[in-house]
Amino acid sequence: MNKVKIYSRFERFWHWTQMMLILLLGLTGFEIHGSFELFGFESSVRLHSAAGWGFLVLTIFAIFWMVVTGQSRQFIPVRNNVKSQIMYYMSGIFKNEPHPVPKTAESKLNPLQRIVYFGLIILVFPVQLISGFLYLFFHYPDKPFTLQGLETVAVLHTLGAFLLVVFVIVHLYLITTGHTISANLKAMITGYEDLEQSENHTK
Amino acid sequence: MAVNLETFYYRFFSVLLPAQLFREKNLQIYICTKSKSIMKKFSNSATTMLVSLLLPIGALYLTVKVASYKGEPDQIKVKLKSEHVSSVDHSQFEILQQDFATPHDVTAACLSCHTGRDEEVMATAHWKWERDVEIPGKGKVSIGKKNLLNNFCTGANGNNGSCMRCHIGLGWKDKSFDFADNRNIDCLVCHDQTDSYFKQKGQGGMPATAETANAAYQVPDYPYVAQNVGLPKKNNCGICHFYGGGGNNVKHGDLEEALLSCSKHVDVHMTNEGADMACIDCHTTERHNIKGKLYSVSSMNENRIDCDQCHTATPHNDAVLDQHFEKLACQTCHIPIYAKANATKLYWDWSSAGMLDDEGNGYSEDDADGNHNYLSIKGNFVWDNDVKPEYYWFNGTADHFLTSDTISEIPVKINELFGSYQDSTAKIWPVKVHRGKQIYDVDHNTLINLKLWAAEKGEGAFWKDFDWDTASRLGMKYNDRPYSGNYDFVESEAYWPINHMVSPKEETLTCTECHSREGRLDNLKDFYLPGRDYSKTVDYAGMSLIVLTIVGIFAHMIGRIVAFFKNK
Repeated sequence: MNKVKIYSRFERFWHWTQMMLILLLGLTGFEIHGSFELFGFESSVRLHSAAGWGFLVLTIFAIFWMVVTGQSRQFIPVRNNVKSQIMYYMSGIFKNEPHPVPKTAESKLNPLQRIVYFGLIILVFPVQLISGFLYLFFHYPDKPFTLQGLETVAVLHTLGAFLLVVFVIVHLYLITTGHTISANLKAMITGYEDLEQSENHTK
Repeated sequence: MAVNLETFYYRFFSVLLPAQLFREKNLQIYICTKSKSIMKKFSNSATTMLVSLLLPIGALYLTVKVASYKGEPDQIKVKLKSEHVSSVDHSQFEILQQDFATPHDVTAACLSCHTGRDEEVMATAHWKWERDVEIPGKGKVSIGKKNLLNNFCTGANGNNGSCMRCHIGLGWKDKSFDFADNRNIDCLVCHDQTDSYFKQKGQGGMPATAETANAAYQVPDYPYVAQNVGLPKKNNCGICHFYGGGGNNVKHGDLEEALLSCSKHVDVHMTNEGADMACIDCHTTERHNIKGKLYSVSSMNENRIDCDQCHTATPHNDAVLDQHFEKLACQTCHIPIYAKANATKLYWDWSSAGMLDDEGNGYSEDDADGNHNYLSIKGNFVWDNDVKPEYYWFNGTADHFLTSDTISEIPVKINELFGSYQDSTAKIWPVKVHRGKQIYDVDHNTLINLKLWAAEKGEGAFWKDFDWDTASRLGMKYNDRPYSGNYDFVESEAYWPINHMVSPKEETLTCTECHSREGRLDNLKDFYLPGRDYSKTVDYAGMSLIVLTIVGIFAHMIGRIVAFFKNK
């Protein structure tokens, strides 16, 4: 086992800031939606809008970082080992088997993570951002271009929000499936994780 | 930086430790290595703190800071009409010092100096009681109090002695009244500053004369009144506009005598705790054309008053609030309730009118608040105060149920307000809806003009003789309309947009009054309102997915715990 740096400073900053914004957006968003009362409707509206802008800025930084560092390749889905990863979660994990795809600094995400994060980045986040800003600026029917009311945009935005809630729940659980219960969490905080030397696994 | 820190640690320890110990080389090396590793650890955890905690919290803090920014509303400075100083002293004019025989002579005296004003007055709806308008679907018509039906006393025309008391003419007692004679204008009723000039009850707008004077109404002191004229005060307008429908606040709900002297809670503009604004401060007037009109008698989107005459279209200086102006009338949030001081009439059922006591006389019954809930002459009423308005889309145009219209839907809409979400000129308005049951002609399917008022019994007026058929026949005849003799009662609704009794900002509507599952805008279904509306499918699907996920995770977790102990 070797202590390997897998998450750079920016990645960690990005992750935790994004966590806070998504938490805030979720709480305020569902209050606006009418699901519960928390901050008060007006505060929630103001917080949600501000957090929306924050999320946009963070996303721009993240895209810039991905492009500049080439780290975007981490999020491209791969065909190999998708099935074995599924099988791992469905049976291997109960038999104490090792992860089918070893985590390395060069490839931090397993094939399932790649698919899910790719989906978030390419579909859920853009849909939430676009529908969110349409919501913010085109909430009346007589703006320069016509939306037939908020309904489509709002329902789409709500759908995205539900998907994100489900993602967060699953994500929180899967944190505990590293080679120790807290290994993944520690890695995202400190940047370092104890990993097998990657050479050992090249086939 | 690292080198400097190392040196720092070295020096730090060398000061702390006894010189004797420190001299030993081993220890020196030990301290050097130790401080290096401490330094590295410190640097690592500092970075961790920074990128994984402090910076994200900083970003969150910034977000909250941005969210808590709220603009300050504008301060308004206006010159009130009460500050106006007349450029002349009317008591100095010889022509006003004469012994006037009739009010008509006063008017002639006024017009001898104020030339041309008669033409201005005679062009107004205050004089004509009708306006030329174009109603979508009905074309060009001339409508007003003169010829419209309502669901209060049903119609003025034919009940002139009582109703035309609120006409700005002198004695519109019947069809013989000369609308072309400028001496018939009553200048004093609007311009009197002495509060001593009144039109007499039952005289069609004439003040008391030597023949009609009684304990309640004396002949006005014309020279005194004429020498003390000025811009209309609240009570000049209020004497008619507060008492429409036969009593204080019966019709409007937001316009009543309490406004003469009220608290801020009742009206922020007219309160004597504040600016004490007069009607004409908002109802600005040029050449006797008074801005503002009421949709119970008008139809077109013109000559209206806007709050942004004084306030701007973005008065809150706050984007979230100001955006609402696009689809909400200011009144919607700023008049959360009306009839704040005295009750207003919300329901009037004519069909029960006419019941008499054992002696054959009409009688009255009061509700718990002391308002009539039954009058033999008028039927049953429901009154209420502190009423929540109903809300309608309204683009400034309204339909009217004309005397020539036939009933096609029940309840009959007396003056439907036009507008919808998709209509870019429409906004949501607070509205007083006056509901009731009124008499209609079953055969002709039209609303009936009643003969309600007469000076004496035996003239066929319902309020004296309690005979529906005669009252209908006479009312319809006066209005040149056919009457079959077959009558019944039909439900009707009249819509009165609320404009007065603006609340202090602390009492304005809060967001969730509308943005909630069961809010005030529940009847406006033609648009998606955040907080109120949602897709049932998406919400149920989303919640189910969340529940399934949590159940799945629990099952998986239990499996792992079991496996953990097994594999041990």
